[in-house]
Amino acid sequence: MQREKNLRILTYIIVISFAAIWILPLLWMLSTALKPESQVIAWPIEIIPKEVTFDNFYDIIFDSPRTPILRWFFNSFFVSTATTFLVLAVDSLAAYAYARLEFKGKNVLFWLLMATMMVPPVTNLIPNYLIMDRLGWIDSYQALIFPQVAAVFGVFLMRQFFIGLPSELEDAAYIDGCNRFQIFYIIALPMAKPALIALGLFTFRASWNAFLWPLIITNSAKMRPLTPGLRLLQSNFMTEFGKLMAGAFISAVPVIIIFIIAQKYFVKGIALTGMKG
Amino acid sequence: MFKKYLRKLTPYLFITPHLIFFTAFLAFPAFYGIYISLHKWEPLSFNKPFIGLANYQKLFTSGTLQNRYFWNALVNTLQFVIFSVPALVLIGLLLAILVDSKIKYKGLFRSIFYTPVILSVTSVTLIWMWMLDSQTGLINYFFNQLGLESVAWLSRETPAWISLVVTTVWWTAGHNMLLFLAGLQDIPQHLYEAAKIDGASIFEQFWYITLPSLKPTTLFVTVMTTVASFNVFGQPFMMTQGGPGRSTQVAIMYIQQEAFTNYKMGSAAAMAIVVSLFIIIIGIFQFKIMSSDVKY
Repeated sequence: MQREKNLRILTYIIVISFAAIWILPLLWMLSTALKPESQVIAWPIEIIPKEVTFDNFYDIIFDSPRTPILRWFFNSFFVSTATTFLVLAVDSLAAYAYARLEFKGKNVLFWLLMATMMVPPVTNLIPNYLIMDRLGWIDSYQALIFPQVAAVFGVFLMRQFFIGLPSELEDAAYIDGCNRFQIFYIIALPMAKPALIALGLFTFRASWNAFLWPLIITNSAKMRPLTPGLRLLQSNFMTEFGKLMAGAFISAVPVIIIFIIAQKYFVKGIALTGMKG
Repeated sequence: MFKKYLRKLTPYLFITPHLIFFTAFLAFPAFYGIYISLHKWEPLSFNKPFIGLANYQKLFTSGTLQNRYFWNALVNTLQFVIFSVPALVLIGLLLAILVDSKIKYKGLFRSIFYTPVILSVTSVTLIWMWMLDSQTGLINYFFNQLGLESVAWLSRETPAWISLVVTTVWWTAGHNMLLFLAGLQDIPQHLYEAAKIDGASIFEQFWYITLPSLKPTTLFVTVMTTVASFNVFGQPFMMTQGGPGRSTQVAIMYIQQEAFTNYKMGSAAAMAIVVSLFIIIIGIFQFKIMSSDVKY
């Protein structure tokens, strides 16, 4: 009994130490962002700032024309939302066919899709850049959105889900004279809501946090999404960490809010798939 | 007649939208990449002559710049994998066990460990550059409080590697935690009850029940983490710019530099293909080796 008690105390000590290490950088980011510039590097340090100001936020939002962070925010929001809806539409349609319909070449095609899941993103970096260049799409929203819609992960995820659904309702609707698209839209899609939400969250976050591709495919400050935009913020403000932390915070808020609202689905989706952004 | 054709056509209508994107921006580029790698492809020059395997030869002949820097970058990437993967897997497992044990506020701890995972690489690296700042960073502040000297974390080789790994662990260990947690919760409770009746200690239960049951999860987590670590880019790009010198320049950073700073697209495409093959082979190899003794 004593031993079990000791073990429990030890568990608490370890878990609390880890939690402290995990929280500290986040707290420090927020605290630095809220400090006046003179206090940012003051010793001894204040984890909780004595004097709170929103100057850093004001400065990077309204007073830095070379790093238009509001515009970046809009870009990120637009690109991530558009990507998410396109992926959901395109992937659920395709997945339904791979799961439920019979057609020539189905297995070969699906096998081909699955094989490309192993291909790392760096493979397509240069060719896709040159394709966008040829299309005149460098520095455009299409270039930021379309390559993400090509991914096959969502097709795989949705197909697994459709296969797991009972097909009696769909068969009944078929006998009643519904066509395949009606069956898909009216019956199958509503049942797949949990998978759609999981895939939507996964896609939104992956798109919001994408770094390498948007970094190379955008070259004007106003077309950058937030994630690669922070790189510009960094080279613009160097060691003004109050402003940099405000930027890091702004870019983190939307995904954190979405995560809190949809936590249940998020965790389910990850357990379902094991994938990350 | 028409209706019959339509019915045969339907499945293709379902898959076509995705196939268009897939073909244009995933399948075609893969082959286009090979084509580019066989040319002297410099965007500023009008001619892009076919040069066979010369771009690959450069990588495998000693003495060329590409040879020196590419292998340096590949070895650095490998180093990052070797340092980061064990830490990410073990700490992920430890966190999962902690938040699965009989403690209060499990949900809160779980959220705390998972929160960094949802941040972008630029947010995370900015936070840690501030934490690790050599003059005014929090880490050096703590070091000084403990009577240790400040460390130039990001501008000396060994501390730079430590910084990159620490940042990465803080960022993504929570993801592995969730995967392990799912694995832990799949272990049937009656196994533990039977072991308790037989008088097994907590450690024996862990060793003989928990660890063996987690084997498939561990395999999955290790392969995924290895592949992710091979794809490392943002952390060194933001935090060290590959420095000091080129000591933390990783493969994707060098490819990016060769393509978009040196404008040698052909050469960079060849490197991308070599690196991709490397990643694919390691992924398959690892999966084969580790799954050979997982039997279910």
